[in-house]
Amino acid sequence: MNLLGKLSWSAIPFDQPIVMGASGGMILGIVFVLGLVTLKGYVPYLWREWITSVDHKRIGVMYLVLAMLMLLRGFSDAIMMRAQLAVAAGGAQGYLPPEHFDQIFSAHGTIMIFFVAMPLVIGLMNFAVPLQLGIRDMAFPTLNSVSLGLTASGILLTNVSLFIGEFAKTGWVAYPPLSELQFSPGVGVDYYLWSLQISGVGTLLTGINFVTTILKTRAPGMSYMRMPVFCWTALASNLLIVAAFPVLTAALSMLLLDRYLDFHFFSVDAGGNAMMYVNLFWVWGHPEVYILVLPAFGIYSEVSATFSGKPLFGYRSMVAATMVICVLAYTVWLHHFFTMGASANVNAFFGVASMIIAVPTGVKIFNWLFTMYGGRVRFTVPVLWTIGFMVTFVLGGLTGILLAVPPVDWQMHNSVFLVAHFHHVIIPGVVFAAFAGYTYWFPKAFGFKLDERWGRRAFWCWFIGFHVAFMPLYVLGLMGMTRRLQHYDVLAWHPWLLVAAAGVAIIFAGIVCQIVQLVVSIGAREELRDVTGDPWNGRTLEWSTASPPPAWNFAVLPRVAERDAYWTMKRLARAKQGEPAQAREYSAIELPNSSAIGLVTAFFAVVGGFALIWHIWWMAAFGVFGAFVALIVFAFRDEDEVEIPAERIGQFERMHKAEVTL
Amino acid sequence: MRYGLLLSVLIGAATLGGCTEGVLDPKGPIAAAERQILFNSLGIMLAIVIPTILATLGAAWWFRASNRRARYMPDFAYSGRLELLVWSIPIMTVLLVGGVAWVGSHDLDPPKPIASAVKPVRVQVVSLDWKWLFIYPEQGIASVNQLTVPVDTPVSFELTSSSVMNSFWVPQLGGQIYTMAGMTTRIHLQADHPGTYRGASANYSGEGFADMRFNVDAVPAEQFAQWVNTTRSAGPALDAQAYADLVKPSKAVAPVTYRSIAPGLFASILSSTMQADGLSQLTSVTSQRTGQ
Amino acid sequence: MNIAAVIEEAEVHHDTASNAGEAGPAPKRIVVAYGFWIFLLSDIVMFSALFAAYAVLARATAGGPGGAELFNQTSVAIETACLLASSYSCGLMALAIGSRRRGGTYLFALVTFVLGAAFLALELREFSDMIARGATPQSSAFLSAFFTLVGCHGLHVTAGLIWLAVMMAQLAIKGLRANVERRLICFSLFWHALDIVWVWLFTVVYLMGVHA
Repeated sequence: MNLLGKLSWSAIPFDQPIVMGASGGMILGIVFVLGLVTLKGYVPYLWREWITSVDHKRIGVMYLVLAMLMLLRGFSDAIMMRAQLAVAAGGAQGYLPPEHFDQIFSAHGTIMIFFVAMPLVIGLMNFAVPLQLGIRDMAFPTLNSVSLGLTASGILLTNVSLFIGEFAKTGWVAYPPLSELQFSPGVGVDYYLWSLQISGVGTLLTGINFVTTILKTRAPGMSYMRMPVFCWTALASNLLIVAAFPVLTAALSMLLLDRYLDFHFFSVDAGGNAMMYVNLFWVWGHPEVYILVLPAFGIYSEVSATFSGKPLFGYRSMVAATMVICVLAYTVWLHHFFTMGASANVNAFFGVASMIIAVPTGVKIFNWLFTMYGGRVRFTVPVLWTIGFMVTFVLGGLTGILLAVPPVDWQMHNSVFLVAHFHHVIIPGVVFAAFAGYTYWFPKAFGFKLDERWGRRAFWCWFIGFHVAFMPLYVLGLMGMTRRLQHYDVLAWHPWLLVAAAGVAIIFAGIVCQIVQLVVSIGAREELRDVTGDPWNGRTLEWSTASPPPAWNFAVLPRVAERDAYWTMKRLARAKQGEPAQAREYSAIELPNSSAIGLVTAFFAVVGGFALIWHIWWMAAFGVFGAFVALIVFAFRDEDEVEIPAERIGQFERMHKAEVTL
Repeated sequence: MRYGLLLSVLIGAATLGGCTEGVLDPKGPIAAAERQILFNSLGIMLAIVIPTILATLGAAWWFRASNRRARYMPDFAYSGRLELLVWSIPIMTVLLVGGVAWVGSHDLDPPKPIASAVKPVRVQVVSLDWKWLFIYPEQGIASVNQLTVPVDTPVSFELTSSSVMNSFWVPQLGGQIYTMAGMTTRIHLQADHPGTYRGASANYSGEGFADMRFNVDAVPAEQFAQWVNTTRSAGPALDAQAYADLVKPSKAVAPVTYRSIAPGLFASILSSTMQADGLSQLTSVTSQRTGQ
Repeated sequence: MNIAAVIEEAEVHHDTASNAGEAGPAPKRIVVAYGFWIFLLSDIVMFSALFAAYAVLARATAGGPGGAELFNQTSVAIETACLLASSYSCGLMALAIGSRRRGGTYLFALVTFVLGAAFLALELREFSDMIARGATPQSSAFLSAFFTLVGCHGLHVTAGLIWLAVMMAQLAIKGLRANVERRLICFSLFWHALDIVWVWLFTVVYLMGVHA
């Protein structure tokens, strides 16, 4: 019996300098950071305040850190692909052989969707939703930490594939039969499957947590029609998670059974049906688009209202549009494969259904427009991202509707036109929103604003770079260029691919600007300090507490009397200016205890996942058993909560709230 | 504005793209109809999208905080008439484009034969790792990575795959269709002009995917007959053994023609399962049939 | 005037308007059960995907045996009876918790456990019979889907049994404390959901499978 399963020294690609360089750099980076942290004595602080924290704000920030790191990883993949296609014209093969190139585009898609876009959105929701709802934490704070741990485990496994073994060479959708053992005998697809299964469980738990939080634990007086729109979109997004992720789990499980136990779900022999995978994948995959984009729409709603100094225009319409999208998200999955030979009626039905989603989306665009109308628009960095999004996204939406017309899709499907389209909606739709939200809520999280100048530079680089990088792909698609090509024979494509590569370089400059912005802002944090807790003249409850908020968020749970709760309170306070302030009484607050269970779960998930990928059965058993024991031990814990005494709350409030007088 | 510029660049570029063989330079009725649908839908939507972009930029600029001439309406958050407007504009657009989509999906449905006085040519397409096999069952010949068709004649394709999924796409003749093992998909295309058009697999299928392309030679009918005759008189035969060799994964395969095919080859590829036992089954089936 | 004071002021003004949506965060008992409901819904969605896969592949027997030749109606009927009865005793357990009778809670938990274990044993016997007759999940897509769908339910039942055992231990060690009670309520929700899934499974797989 082989104790290490399929694992051996040959799994480490010593012969590939690029991979060795990248993974060496990554390992050195990790060692350097860990060393620094240990030497500086930060470990106890990190352990106490971050790793074992169940505070939604801390967890949100950790999600965002993970997402930003993975953005760098996914973006490096993009640079490599564009560089390859800039040179692999005519007879040239470029510098990346197919087996490496194929892993890169698969990893790029997987990482960008699951490990960048998802944690960005989930991180921002984690940070902002409980604050906006006027409450102290999520419904299940410890579960929240487990979700983070599982997401991080998926991310870790995906990155381990870089230097131990390989990643999938199937594209990020991993369609069988190509992803079956017969055609992908390596461990790449297994890395893909286990990473997604593990992080998928984390995402599902997040969804359950948010739905319960939003539906059951809002502040007193916060009826549905008084919720900030970001909370509405978060609700819709998490309802979609709850209803869509189990389908992905089921589909990937079937593929796992095919690969590990020789089942026949999607195999071509013994009656398997690969089309079923494609259907199941997109029954999850299309709602996933809205899981990402709806919270982004929420961020744009908050930003446009705040910086226009006006309530969001057409609040009820916005809520209705959000929920319509939430439902319709399930009626359109077939548009991802009009080319599979469904009947004309089926194609036409799904085409028209897909277009109908453009109606509520269009409504949203118009409502943002009317939110700015009659306002006093302050052109801060979040507003730049928002307007940049609006003008870009309508064109991305336009090409989306083009692709929803089946005869057009037959021509453009699987071409780089499609690649241009989905980047054209996801980058402005999700990434720009995340950057807007990052800039908008940064002072709330850390107590100081981000530097405006570098933020503006970053925006313009991203905005221009995006167009330079992706507009050529529309042209190339129309010229007949298919996606996922490692090299090509048509020399007429070459100039356009060079332009696209230049665009990626401009986006890279944008990312550099963002890193500089962070460094500069930390350096100048005293000048950028937000002492009021309300740096933007905000409208919702997160701005009513100190920046950064205390662990308990609100000393007294706010009573909500109207929509835009904090704005109303400020108005009321202004009207009563001059009246003497009353002394306040505080009572003790129960907060959930810190817990290492998130880390423990993550540990066993990584060990178990790695063992399953490499067929190391004793280690897999250890992982499963360890997780089981951890769960039992956790179930027998006694102390769940820690009490914060009233004096400490009063003290904090006196220190931080004094300035909030209007 | 930036966007006007961008759009004109996009359209200009697209037209330019059209000059160098692509979707915008159709050479047959299907591709031409699909391009027309593309233009119609694009036109309908641009009529809404361009004003929206301009209005967004205009509103944001005019209502900038420093513009004291702009009226500040801090409570302007609802207007029934505007709500009606913002819902009806996209609904009407979608009604129009939806109509285009509905009619187009039925008119251009890939399995629907092309109305023509000329009898269609039948071609059976098999995607192999990583090359294309074209079987002409009526002519009894076959070719790899090269498709020759007569102009002004509908071509009726039946497609399947020997292993993983691929997608058969000749942009200048019309939209693509997947090839899947164990199943047949159908598509009808026609070339109106003689010429050589680029075809490829559009669906990623593994290591040799990038070279999985072929040329479509559209030639006048008499030249096609000539080509059939020449092909019949030379080259190897595609019997069970030759197919077994062909089916092995290979990359960047140069075009080949086969003077004859094992009868029922396509049907047996379709019914056989793949690889090891599948292949032997296939071999036995074809040899049996050749033996008859 | 201090903004914080306004927050309190609002509190005074709107105390009267406190309907369900306005009452503030729900008590923990409700939140936990609600969250668990959402989990059950997601679990049912996963089962739906497996049901869909089964429906697609039900006829893909690849020349091997189909449901009519494989299923033993009597054995399945006994399994069903066990599971339904265990659901009933689980309901009685919930009632016993409600009236805070610890002995009754134990007794009905034990009955639920035994019936659930009987169900599982019968199911395993059915599986091993089929495998012994050569009808393995590897032999056709239909059998892959069958073993996955029914097996997934079986895994849920197994997890439920382990959970119940742990809960009985907790009951012994900790008594009927608030968190133990919440968990037992969640367990009973889980157990009933498995019953509902089984009713579907029984109908779609066994009844329709034999008569199709």
